[in-house]
Amino acid sequence: MDEVGVSPVPGLVALVLVTVATLAIGTWGLRLSRTTSDFFVASRSVRPGLNAYAISGEYISGASFLGVAGLVLVFGAEMLWYPVGWTAGYLVLLCLVAAPLRRSGAYTLPDFAEARLGSRAVRRASAALVVAVGWLYLLPQFSGAGVALAAATGMPTWSGGLIVAVVVVLNVLAGGMRSVTFVQAFQFWLKLTALLVPLVFLVLVWLGDGATSPATIDAGGITGKVWADPIDSIGDHPLYSTYSLMVATFLGTMGLPHVVVRFYTNPDGRAARQTTLAVLALLGCFYVLPPVYGALGRIYAPDLIASGSSDSVVLMLPVRMIGGIGSDLLLALLTAGAFAAFLATSSGLTVAVAGVITQDITSRRFEGITAFRISAVVAVVVPLLLSLLTRDTAVATVVGLAFAMAAATFCPLLVLGIWWRGLTDLGALAGLLVGGVLTGAAVIDNLLVDRSGGWFAALVAQPAAWAVPLAFLTMVVVSRATPSRVPVHTTRFLVRLHTPETVSLDRD
Amino acid sequence: MAWESVRPRWRPRQLGSDADQATFRTLHTASLASPALRSGLTEESVERSLKHLRSLLGTPALAVADTERLLGYDGLLSEHHADQALDLARQAMASGSTEVAGRDRLACTTEGCLVRHAIASPLVVDDRVTGALVALTDEPSATLLRATDEVADWVAGQLALAAYEQQRHRLVQAEVRALRAQISPHFIYNSLGAIASFVRTDPDRARELLLEFADFTRYSFREHGDFTTLAEELRSIERYLLLEQARFGDRLRVRLQVAPEVLGVSIPFLCLQPLVENAVRHGLEASARGGLITIEARDLDRECVIAIEDDGAGQEPERIRRVLAGEHVGDSVGLANVDERLRSTFGDAYGLVVETAPGAGTRVVVRVPKFAPGVTT
Repeated sequence: MDEVGVSPVPGLVALVLVTVATLAIGTWGLRLSRTTSDFFVASRSVRPGLNAYAISGEYISGASFLGVAGLVLVFGAEMLWYPVGWTAGYLVLLCLVAAPLRRSGAYTLPDFAEARLGSRAVRRASAALVVAVGWLYLLPQFSGAGVALAAATGMPTWSGGLIVAVVVVLNVLAGGMRSVTFVQAFQFWLKLTALLVPLVFLVLVWLGDGATSPATIDAGGITGKVWADPIDSIGDHPLYSTYSLMVATFLGTMGLPHVVVRFYTNPDGRAARQTTLAVLALLGCFYVLPPVYGALGRIYAPDLIASGSSDSVVLMLPVRMIGGIGSDLLLALLTAGAFAAFLATSSGLTVAVAGVITQDITSRRFEGITAFRISAVVAVVVPLLLSLLTRDTAVATVVGLAFAMAAATFCPLLVLGIWWRGLTDLGALAGLLVGGVLTGAAVIDNLLVDRSGGWFAALVAQPAAWAVPLAFLTMVVVSRATPSRVPVHTTRFLVRLHTPETVSLDRD
Repeated sequence: MAWESVRPRWRPRQLGSDADQATFRTLHTASLASPALRSGLTEESVERSLKHLRSLLGTPALAVADTERLLGYDGLLSEHHADQALDLARQAMASGSTEVAGRDRLACTTEGCLVRHAIASPLVVDDRVTGALVALTDEPSATLLRATDEVADWVAGQLALAAYEQQRHRLVQAEVRALRAQISPHFIYNSLGAIASFVRTDPDRARELLLEFADFTRYSFREHGDFTTLAEELRSIERYLLLEQARFGDRLRVRLQVAPEVLGVSIPFLCLQPLVENAVRHGLEASARGGLITIEARDLDRECVIAIEDDGAGQEPERIRRVLAGEHVGDSVGLANVDERLRSTFGDAYGLVVETAPGAGTRVVVRVPKFAPGVTT
């Protein structure tokens, strides 16, 4: 790397600290022992507030921590739709899915498919999609970690992804498959602090420098005016791309496998709603921060756009703006936050993907824990290899594709499964196939081919706007065509999903 | 029946002689019919098995009736014989033996209808006539008569298995009911005695304990629902332990280590409480110095692992094995019942695991999946 003046020491120290802390927690866990003196288990169930911290901690990935700032640096206000969408996804989740999903008793998305439709085939299709979405989401975590580490320590780009992968595998093998709410909640605070504290100093420096508006700066081939315009900077069809991105992020959040499992921790549907509301508030606070880094980057680090390492803008700013021991400390803090972000999301996804692989493949050949360990290795190695083999794509863009795939498959399954009696197993299966194949093809095209422009490029880069309606349509049409296959328990099941727990009802 | 365990995925073109082939075909057809019949004699099971039974006999039509009505009729162009088949079935059920009817009783003018004769054979399950099988044929023969009888016997055998299965299920249900009603009289007597001893010295505590006692019995006698959440079950266990502590004082020490993430897991109603009662009884009552009960619930992604441990005298592993195998040994009534219910709910992989040896305490481990189809509270 050509970054003169970046000392590798603080970044490496932060990296080692986060790694050791993660492994230690994964190995020994949090031994919270209670004696009979403070009785009453009920008072110990996870409160919605704490659960919301845990969900946010697991949810905020490297893409949020580093990627958003990079996109805002390059493309401007238009990219604010990413953080807006990632937050608003929880609004849709809150209104349509959270409480009924909890009441269904399902732990994973395939569980929900099986409980609702009573079909092994739909369960398997959902399981395959969990793996696909999980891998697609893991891929940018690994490549993003490479960028972060290269920027902070000067190590080669591939090494960062490898380190995250190894730590995640070790952590999961050492027993990290238990989700410890306190640890995940702590992750949220670590990430928030790591982003907030340096930002305070940076903004002070910016004010001291005369508070130049980033909208007056022309950089990376985009004028300040275009940069500040929310629907006009890149691509041929910015309006389409923006709407498609909104569809993907608004509807995709409910289909993220590592987020859904955390809702099981809520004691009931009401708590699930309260948790989601709190998540909305927390994410709303967090996502104010990364775009500010991007905007400051317009002023202090515009050269990153040309060198193609815009994803590292968050890490480079302290060096550019402050320098000296102060910048070393802030860089260490930011590196720690970024690494925590990569590790938290990657671990959650790895456990979710490995669980599916264990249940459907490896457990037939190996005994319990061995099967899980083999699956964990497979779950990490595949996206790691993909991240090394595919072309360089912005971290947030690939995450956007993962959301598009989740939106085109699990969103119709959940929304129709919860709100429509007519859904049949064949309908669900057809819809999952259509959504999965269409978005999957778009993903492959994105990762392998560099398209320069035109309608086709726009449609493929943001597949959600057409793939999601098609998947919904397929599910409805095929279900309508096979009315005799509506599961017999549908009405009972829907009554259970929608009846508040306070209503006395025979739920069996 | 060794051949069943080596069921090949592909079928070689010729395996054995023609007679062997015929045997294989017959056995295969029978195996197709049997799963449906194992659920008992109903319209649904008859509908699913009838065409296999007909191909077993090779007759133009076949009917099955129970003691009240015709449950199913399978045959081409001959539906109009259904009523006559029912009449003949009733006759066979009344006499308890095979009845044959000729052309005179099967009057028919329909073109293409092959039915000329009928053979009705009663289905006898446990010495009781539960229905009849009626084979309608074009040509009567002694072979067909014999075959119809044999198939009827085989169907009756399957129905007997279905009846046993139902009985087993009812038995488990009855045991749950018994378990609910089975709060030991000693426990009630001892608890009330302990509470009484506090009435003068510490009336507030006595009042609290009485309320705990009321809540504990309310939960245990709960009427509806086969499942409960881990949180509910643990709450009841805490009440139980509070009452036991009122009696044993410092001799009973309890340690709880519960991951809050798994409190919402659905488990069979009263599947942990008997284990805790056992732990208290075996781990404590024998020893004068008292004992420590550890209750642990851990989160393992898709499963929750609950362990109940005491540091008491321990037991012979062989004895536990016999208890789990269903033998009635001593007073560990709850253990086999809990094991049976866990297996029938979640599958054989989820049975109880008991680690014990004389002098080494006892540790009972329960594994529960976070989601299982049909299991919700």
